[in-house]
Amino acid sequence: MAVKTLKIDDIDVAIEAGATLLQAAQEAGVPIPKLCAMKGISSIGACRLCLVEVEGINKLLPACVTEVAEGMVVHTQTPKLQEYRRMTVELIFAEGNHVCSICVANGNCELQDVAIEVGMDHSRFTYRFPDRGVDLSHPSFGIDHNRCILCTRCVRVCDEVEGAHVWDVANRGAACYIVSGLNQPWGEVSACTSCGKCVDACPTGAIFRKGETTGEKQRDRDKFAFLSTAREKREWTR
Amino acid sequence: MDKIKFATIWLAGCSGCHMSFLDLDEFLIDLADLVDVVYSPVGCDLKDYPEGVDVCLVEGAVANEDNLELIYQVRRRTQTLIAFGDCAVTANVPAMRNMLREGAKPVLERGYLELADENPHLPHAPGIVPELLDRVLPVHEVVPIDIFMPGCPPSADRIRATLEPLLQGQQPAMVGRDMIKFG
Repeated sequence: MAVKTLKIDDIDVAIEAGATLLQAAQEAGVPIPKLCAMKGISSIGACRLCLVEVEGINKLLPACVTEVAEGMVVHTQTPKLQEYRRMTVELIFAEGNHVCSICVANGNCELQDVAIEVGMDHSRFTYRFPDRGVDLSHPSFGIDHNRCILCTRCVRVCDEVEGAHVWDVANRGAACYIVSGLNQPWGEVSACTSCGKCVDACPTGAIFRKGETTGEKQRDRDKFAFLSTAREKREWTR
Repeated sequence: MDKIKFATIWLAGCSGCHMSFLDLDEFLIDLADLVDVVYSPVGCDLKDYPEGVDVCLVEGAVANEDNLELIYQVRRRTQTLIAFGDCAVTANVPAMRNMLREGAKPVLERGYLELADENPHLPHAPGIVPELLDRVLPVHEVVPIDIFMPGCPPSADRIRATLEPLLQGQQPAMVGRDMIKFG
């Protein structure tokens, strides 16, 4: 197995070739904020929170989709990165309708956690208050597009782990949103197995179990790492 | 040394932040030794916001003309203005009417016409009932804010951890889950 050695925030790391900078940072115990990356599904570099600086490269690189290379010198907490990350989180809050106080995921939300991590005490950007919908047509679950950050974890987990591909992304830019089936009400999509993996994958309160009220959302985030290990290595217990 | 002139105001919010302030319990007694409460819906009965206030907690978003007039006056007369709670910091629940567009019309019509049991009419009493603004705004979009204290409501511990350094002439460190978690 080929091993690459690199430096992340002055910590020496050795990791197998093909690993990502995010995996290497986790190995080194260096925390990098992230929202769209999740163990057990593919990475797409959508949220831009895991951007890092690599010496000798002019642009910022998303750690979740950048492969390690021999001799890389990586910085994860420069003032520039910290400022960009906070701006990114503020823009995510300003883009949707994230009202934490009345959210099912209050206290158990990765967006809320990231806001704390980047030190966001308010948004410098004006809130958009977009007109978005809520789909409660599924008998067990609901999706509140107001709280969606378009990380597409639900899309990937449904496609890659459950194999049902109920979810996808429609439109572009500010009009972008998550659709079920062929842009049908979720409850009418026969491909949905009602497995609930999208509920577990959702970082916010956008996809939830019906009947949950403020702060009640529970989820099993380690399920996907477990499932992918189970399938690849035949380890069926945890 | 003169006592610190301390005030709290209540704009468009549910008063939950003020209730949380009252949850400071015994610390309120210590606080009373250190400050003069010069204006507050829960702390004194003065009707006019005075000049030369040192610290003011602002609960609530800016939703009507009354809120707007008061916050401009408060900003002019206050040294350290604290956005107190999620409604002040993000506009929170009061701002959910902003999603309906068309200004305040949809909420007023829903509340006073569609849901009225009898005598449906829109409230209109200039100078008595303040008109709603088209959009509900977080306080910092109207006047500059010195310290942001999120929370719905901020816990008594968070309020104390914000006020105590200020009373000693220091700036509180608004970082970490205990201090800046929304909701």
